[in-house]
Amino acid sequence: MTRIVLALAQRALRNALRRPQYLAPLIIFPSLFLAVNTGGLERTTELPGFPDVRGFLDFQLSAAITQSLLIGGVQAGIAQALEIEGGFFDRLATSPIPRTAIVFGRVLATVPLALFQVAAFLVIGLAFGAHIEGGWAGVALVLLIGSVAGAGFAAIGVALALRARNASLVQGIFPIAFVVLFLSSAFFPRDLLSAPASWIAAYNPLSYIAEGMRNPIIASISSEAVLEGLAAAAGLLGVMVGISIAALRGRLREA
Amino acid sequence: MAAIETVGLEREFKGGLKAVGGVDISIAPGEVYGFLGPNGAGKTTTVRMLVTLLRPTGGEARVAGHDVAREPDAVRRRIGVALQDAALDLLMTGRELMELQAKLHGFAPRDVRPRADALIDRVGLVEAQDRRVGTYSGGMRRRLDLAMALIHEPEVLFLDEPTTGLDPVSRRTLWEEVSRLKDEGTTVFLTTQYLEEADQLADRVGIINAGLLVAEGTPAELKAEVGIPHLEVTFADGSETGRAREVLTQFGELRPPQPGSDVSVGLASGATGVAPVVRALDEAGVIVGSLELVEPTLDDVFVEKTGRHLEGAGDDQDPDAAAGPEPA
Repeated sequence: MTRIVLALAQRALRNALRRPQYLAPLIIFPSLFLAVNTGGLERTTELPGFPDVRGFLDFQLSAAITQSLLIGGVQAGIAQALEIEGGFFDRLATSPIPRTAIVFGRVLATVPLALFQVAAFLVIGLAFGAHIEGGWAGVALVLLIGSVAGAGFAAIGVALALRARNASLVQGIFPIAFVVLFLSSAFFPRDLLSAPASWIAAYNPLSYIAEGMRNPIIASISSEAVLEGLAAAAGLLGVMVGISIAALRGRLREA
Repeated sequence: MAAIETVGLEREFKGGLKAVGGVDISIAPGEVYGFLGPNGAGKTTTVRMLVTLLRPTGGEARVAGHDVAREPDAVRRRIGVALQDAALDLLMTGRELMELQAKLHGFAPRDVRPRADALIDRVGLVEAQDRRVGTYSGGMRRRLDLAMALIHEPEVLFLDEPTTGLDPVSRRTLWEEVSRLKDEGTTVFLTTQYLEEADQLADRVGIINAGLLVAEGTPAELKAEVGIPHLEVTFADGSETGRAREVLTQFGELRPPQPGSDVSVGLASGATGVAPVVRALDEAGVIVGSLELVEPTLDDVFVEKTGRHLEGAGDDQDPDAAAGPEPA
């Protein structure tokens, strides 16, 4: 099983790297958003109740990372849907492999990509004057939460692809993913959100993922924020992998 | 034990559409079985059930001795599958795909490369092995697809329309490979829309229509069912037709001549009966302009059994009368 999953993950990763048109948005789009937000909303850090940060860029970095990871999840879903449309999925399904390996391989492939995405945004942030208060340990924690969250988002994309079987339809979820992200505390502190956004943000796992990655960047490491972020990412991953596997079984039953 | 055996195999989709309505097939090991049918007849649904991509909703199917519904893993280990439209990953190179396929079939790491090498060589893709599959021609993709299906030396090989859209040279290459597999004892389940392909390659042919198997047998048996060969004769002098008809009635039943022909006579003995006819006409002083022995074709069988021509029947062409080589 492990060999099969690794082989499929290696293939999925290699293919992702061979599609620059899918890779570029992972960095470009959130970077533009980060630049616009940081340039225009710097003074919001002076609002009463805003966390004590060196600058808005420090605060926004985890939002950009989360946004990038979400786009990565959509790309994983599109790749999975294209595989179904092109028939390669059928080849895998007629191979003597555990069928869950198809899901695990695709999800695992996003981990190195997610690590790259997190590292890229940390470098971009540092280059433009951000600070990582948690030091190297903080970097490691952001990488850890980011990689688990990236895999979780990929599992969402895979689940959608297995249900929709259509790349265009999967691409259609992109705006929805954004709405969910805006209904979290990724872009603004939860305490400064008004109802009903604040209620939704309190139950939105993206809030905890973004806050979990934000904590080691803007402050000394708080185990509570980090563990909540990690738990949210791991919970999302577990639930979505389960849903993906159920969707896979459903697809193979109904095909 | 049959290599493939189905008893009352059925598949009903949501909404009550019954794509396959009780198919019984028994294919012996080492046999090449041609599976013909018009679009929507149930061919692909049948194949997808046999390769474990689709669960039957009725009946039973055993492939390589294992039940497709109850032992799908055992079936997958014993079959090779090349589905319609060569399901390949266009971003990968031929070698990468071959090696991936070997890994998926559980080859030990040290055996992956040699096995991939052997298959790449077998299908003539050594030069192109490190190029992305997206740059391959249709024929090259089909050969790669076939090679991947053969990576684990399957007992039963499913080829779903393997030559559709290929140029004659590529079709001939695929045909040769199928013949080679037959010589090696591999059972081949071949769906095709080219009647000539089924005629050339298949030991037996099954025709499916509206989800039911409407005819089965060797190509010769099926052709014999729909009629005997007939001789179409034209004469140098049209006024000799009456005398010629008297002579020809000794050899068989006269039938309406085809357009451009003067007389048509059934000739049960086929090609061996032509020489006596010519001698008799000569002795009667009838000068023959042209003479053509027309044998029943699988298309005649197809029309007889399904009421329509097979979609690809008009595309049949002899690969020996080939066009130029495929692009590299």
